[in-house]
Amino acid sequence: MALFQIAEPGESAAPHEHKLAVGIDLGTTNSLVATVRSGIAVCLNDEQGRSLLPSVVHYHADGSTVVGYDARKDQAVDPKNTIVSVKRFMGRGKHDIAHVEAMPYDFVEAPGMVRLKTQAGIKSPVEISAEILKTLKARAEVALGGELVGAVITVPAYFDDAQRQATKDAAKLAGLNVLRLLNEPTAAAIAYGLDNGAEGVYAVYDLGGGTFDISILKLTKGVFEVLSTGGDSALGGDDFDHRIYCWVIEQARLSPLPAEDARRLMMRCREAKEYLTKNAEAPILLRLASGEIIDIRLDAATFAEITQTLVSKTLQPVKKALRDAGLRADEIKGVVMVGGATRMPQIQKAVGDFFRQEPLTNLDPDKVVALGAATQANLLAGNKTGKDDWLLLDVIPLSLGLETMGGLTEKVIPRNSTIPTARAQEFTTFKDGQTAMAIHVVQGEREMIADCRSLARFELRGIPPMVAGAARIRVTFQVDADGLLSVTAREQTTGVESSITVKPSYGLSDDEIAGMLKDSLAHAKDDAMARALREAQVEAERMIEATEAALAEDPHLLNAAETAKIRNAIAKLQEAAAGDNRRIINIAMDDLGFETQEFAHRRMDQSIKKVLSGRKVEEIGTGEKE
Amino acid sequence: MAITLSDKAAKHVANFLQKRGKGIGLRLGVRTSGCSGMAYKLEFVDESAAEDLVFESNGVKVFVDPHSLPYLDGMELDFAREGLNEGFKFNNPNVKDQCGCGESFNV
Repeated sequence: MALFQIAEPGESAAPHEHKLAVGIDLGTTNSLVATVRSGIAVCLNDEQGRSLLPSVVHYHADGSTVVGYDARKDQAVDPKNTIVSVKRFMGRGKHDIAHVEAMPYDFVEAPGMVRLKTQAGIKSPVEISAEILKTLKARAEVALGGELVGAVITVPAYFDDAQRQATKDAAKLAGLNVLRLLNEPTAAAIAYGLDNGAEGVYAVYDLGGGTFDISILKLTKGVFEVLSTGGDSALGGDDFDHRIYCWVIEQARLSPLPAEDARRLMMRCREAKEYLTKNAEAPILLRLASGEIIDIRLDAATFAEITQTLVSKTLQPVKKALRDAGLRADEIKGVVMVGGATRMPQIQKAVGDFFRQEPLTNLDPDKVVALGAATQANLLAGNKTGKDDWLLLDVIPLSLGLETMGGLTEKVIPRNSTIPTARAQEFTTFKDGQTAMAIHVVQGEREMIADCRSLARFELRGIPPMVAGAARIRVTFQVDADGLLSVTAREQTTGVESSITVKPSYGLSDDEIAGMLKDSLAHAKDDAMARALREAQVEAERMIEATEAALAEDPHLLNAAETAKIRNAIAKLQEAAAGDNRRIINIAMDDLGFETQEFAHRRMDQSIKKVLSGRKVEEIGTGEKE
Repeated sequence: MAITLSDKAAKHVANFLQKRGKGIGLRLGVRTSGCSGMAYKLEFVDESAAEDLVFESNGVKVFVDPHSLPYLDGMELDFAREGLNEGFKFNNPNVKDQCGCGESFNV
């Protein structure tokens, strides 16, 4: 006998047509799956009634896997084959990962994304994430009694194209149809029903186990727009555990502990942290392998003191995100708290003080993202019609552009543009008769290509030979709703076209993004200078090339002395262009221009004569025929 | 003539209505469709229709249109948990047979 859910008035699904859709919060530390039942988003629990699934995968030698709490237990005994926090490796190369040396894994460098060597073989982060998704999918299908039509999976707002693509690939591998990737803060805002509430600007403060994200969302007529994002990929609740751990070691005057003791002490520290959210003092009691006993009490005031720097470290990205959005703290209408770590009183107090208002904490901060994703999944699956049709707007974290002559960046889509978006710009050829164009797609804020991140390269071939600057090549950048980029180049006269969907080899870490943004501000002036210099160099190169071509074509128009003078001016310009003084380059260009003036006149005369004599010959020719 | 809600079902309906923030009761109905002829309708009610018959069971108002009533008369709506799944169950004495999944039925 089927179990029914209550539908909205007039929206009862026909039999077998209710579409089962879920929202999945694929977290660094824990993952959750949620769905909408009788109009209300709820998390789906496992057989033991637990909604959290630790994002831990343990590989056995026979290739089988254990995911979740049981896998977490294996972490201590078999760390090499027990993968935790795989989200940090998604879409990353080995050198993108912080503290690689401190991790117990055998990393295998592979093109695109790092791999991990386990006793079940070499696994990619995509495969490992797929195991977590498979577990959640199975849980949802048992709980909902049918096959899922699709899922909305949340990703940090900061995730770049590579990381988003990797997440999609993992879902595909798990047999899930991805209805949409949704930014975590946007999901949290949906869960709080902010879309139905007052218009205004909201902040989403998300302090998870290992990552921190801040997003500034603007709500207008039920439409979400992410104004700006920021964060720190290496800051989370685990760091607070670690602070307590260090404090205990110091207080108890312990020498460095063996791994097993360290792990157990860390667990006690985490428990103490959780205990302190409701209590003024927490006991930390542990018997070490050596027989020594740690018995220490941590009070809330001390805890707040030793973690003060961590708390204020979260406020830096908050300030920056506000600055990016062009807002002051008192212009924020509400603050949504996400992530288990926001239960800590000192966090709530610091955030409250900063925004001068009580943050929203009435939903479970661990579940809020999954609940919002479920709401959106229900909508996208088509279970709700008409009236609640909202549109979600997100932004791209870094500008997207391409390389132009001389290693300069031309931004096509500026940072913080809302997505989905498409922008086009026209480019042209640099050389006469150029029939192909290399298109190099980059991400970043700096003026020079070398300072930006390369995303992809492709070529447009089959451009008809024309003089330099005559071809019109329209390059279109399109970012879809999931934040994935496709670039198309099209020569306008012939219609030849070439395109690429960016699946960049590997992505940027949040720190790098933050670093690149910081650099772009710090170097704004240098960059402008560098750009002007590079432009002068490119112009000089073009001038030398044109002069050389003319010399090769019409050497007879000049006597030896004149040729020598021009050659000399070319050499001087070459020398100037190799240097980094823009003034000297400009002077040398003026000199060469002056030296070639007479030569240019003679060439002009010659070509006019050619045209005239050509006509004469023609006239004679036609005359003879008559 | 009556339609009733079990204690559990009534509690869940009241809870859902409260969380939803609006609505005056629950609509039960049938319509022709599905693999065995008839399908149940289970919806929130924001506005009742003029011809609706209204029952009250365990504090919850139940609205039924007169065409549906013959198929539903005497039934009890229950709330059940089956494994990880949970939801409402139609205990309907009028049903002769139903499709395998129970989403549609015949009288």
